[in-house]
Amino acid sequence: MANLKTSEKKTKAQSMGMHTETLTGKTQQKFFNPDEAENFYYWGTYDVDFNKRTDLDVQNMDCKEANKKIDELMSEGYGTIVIKNPQGKHSLGVGVLNKLNLIFEGSLGYFGVGSIDGPMVRVNGRVGWSCAENMMAGKVVIEKNAGSCFGAAIRGGDLICKGSVGARTGIDQKGGSIIVGGDAGAFTGFMMQRGRIVILGDVGINLGDSMYDGTIYVGGKIGSFGSDAVEAPMTKNDIDWLNRKLKVAEIGENFDVSKMTKVVAGKKLWNYDALEPTEKKGAI
Amino acid sequence: MCGIAGLIHRGKTSNVGEELQNMLQALKHRGPDSTGYALYANNDGQNFILRFKVGENVGEGSTSVNEDESVYDERKKIVDKKLADLGAPIIKEEKLTPYSYRYEIQYGKDLMWFSKAIESIENVEILSIGKSLELIKDLGDATAVSERYELNKIQGTHGIGHARMATESGVDIKSAHPFWGYPFADVSVVHNGQLTNYWNNRRALENKGMRFMSECDSELIAVFLAEKMRNGATLEEGMRESLKGLDGVFTYFVATKDSLGMAKDTMAAKPLVLYESDDLVAMGSEEIAIRSILPQEIDTYDPFDGEVKVWQT
Repeated sequence: MANLKTSEKKTKAQSMGMHTETLTGKTQQKFFNPDEAENFYYWGTYDVDFNKRTDLDVQNMDCKEANKKIDELMSEGYGTIVIKNPQGKHSLGVGVLNKLNLIFEGSLGYFGVGSIDGPMVRVNGRVGWSCAENMMAGKVVIEKNAGSCFGAAIRGGDLICKGSVGARTGIDQKGGSIIVGGDAGAFTGFMMQRGRIVILGDVGINLGDSMYDGTIYVGGKIGSFGSDAVEAPMTKNDIDWLNRKLKVAEIGENFDVSKMTKVVAGKKLWNYDALEPTEKKGAI
Repeated sequence: MCGIAGLIHRGKTSNVGEELQNMLQALKHRGPDSTGYALYANNDGQNFILRFKVGENVGEGSTSVNEDESVYDERKKIVDKKLADLGAPIIKEEKLTPYSYRYEIQYGKDLMWFSKAIESIENVEILSIGKSLELIKDLGDATAVSERYELNKIQGTHGIGHARMATESGVDIKSAHPFWGYPFADVSVVHNGQLTNYWNNRRALENKGMRFMSECDSELIAVFLAEKMRNGATLEEGMRESLKGLDGVFTYFVATKDSLGMAKDTMAAKPLVLYESDDLVAMGSEEIAIRSILPQEIDTYDPFDGEVKVWQT
């Protein structure tokens, strides 16, 4: 073990064997340099037309077949795809790295629309555990309820549930916004790192447990605060942002956001802010 | 990980055997090793249904051993004699597999005493006793077990079931779910999760005279609830006590002759999706279980952490 008392601050982490990865290579240039516009598009994505619309009935397809068909339709230029009869199947709509209007006429099972980057998704039903996990960008609207781990580890985009969500909503969230019209379960914002969570209803126990950073707004009752989570004063910026976001999310009309409880990380983690380059933080 | 499913019709009966089969088959990917059903059937309520096994269906990792079928026949004869000694006449008997039987018997005395007497016979285990409970469990997926025991003919009000992925104990019937709530008639339990204070609870309950037949942690729930009910608690009170007394991550269902309940641990670490209407409650580890009997668009939700719910027929 290194002698941490005598180590320089910037090398303490390396002395402990952590953070040895250099984050200034090609990956950063490719995804986060706004001057290189073409780099905002992934290799292999498609030029689709939102006005070109089609239905896809997945009743007799497994998730692999359905996702492959969605990809094929995008390759043919379809920009609006309506999925019929999803019937709670798992892993539908995952890995869409494209602009797209994706509409599900029914409910999804686990891992629905996970790892997406860019599409506008509407689910006219309920979603199971881990909806939109690892989402990078885009907008996902769930018309009914959602299961646990809603928006786990998302990095960007808007994830909206008009009903209630289960436990561990926004676990490991790294960016973006999660907006819930109803209640949320225990451990909401568990180990949250960046981004914002908005719950208009009540939340369960251990809210924001072990959160590093980010902000949680709660409109109703809080079961209990988790370790490291503390209440913070609402500012005008918070109120403006909340009003704007709720309008975009099409929920909480006339909701008095000024009475919401704002929750943030109670302690600043050592060396946390120095771990990511500035341009990357701006991007998320 | 295991999959659990349950349903209860309120104010009517239905083909619960076939419905539960469809629900559990949809969850096969969560547990392909064994499948169990606790069905609450439209029996006449005159006699006790006694389901028991005289041997094991031995799978991977089981601590049991394969035996010759002639041994099963000998044990069955001893059971018959014991029933006669107990003053429990056999009204009807069915041999379901070489190692399992369904009897209809008449008996009006203490069930704990009765059960201890029957299970004193080597390798004989009572799977269930009840006036409406039909508890069936065996190796294979939901369809295979249902076909083996002709469950799709069973009409009733409610049922719970389990698709097991063997983790902490081997693949055999004794470790399969549901577990009967010994010594209470018509009580059964299925569970998805892990209990971390199994041995502490087991030792304490055994000291109070409760019986364990397996090394499966899920059996603890049935025994825990039975012990609470033995001391006067209602089913719901016992379930609420279990949230404090059982440590670990779990979602479990418990059923009695006229009710169905669910409980979820305080960390909500195990999944459950629930559909509730005026005449039907259906729930399962995944929504696809519910969709297997309700393909139309419906409203479902996840119960929250620490929730306990009980419905009546």
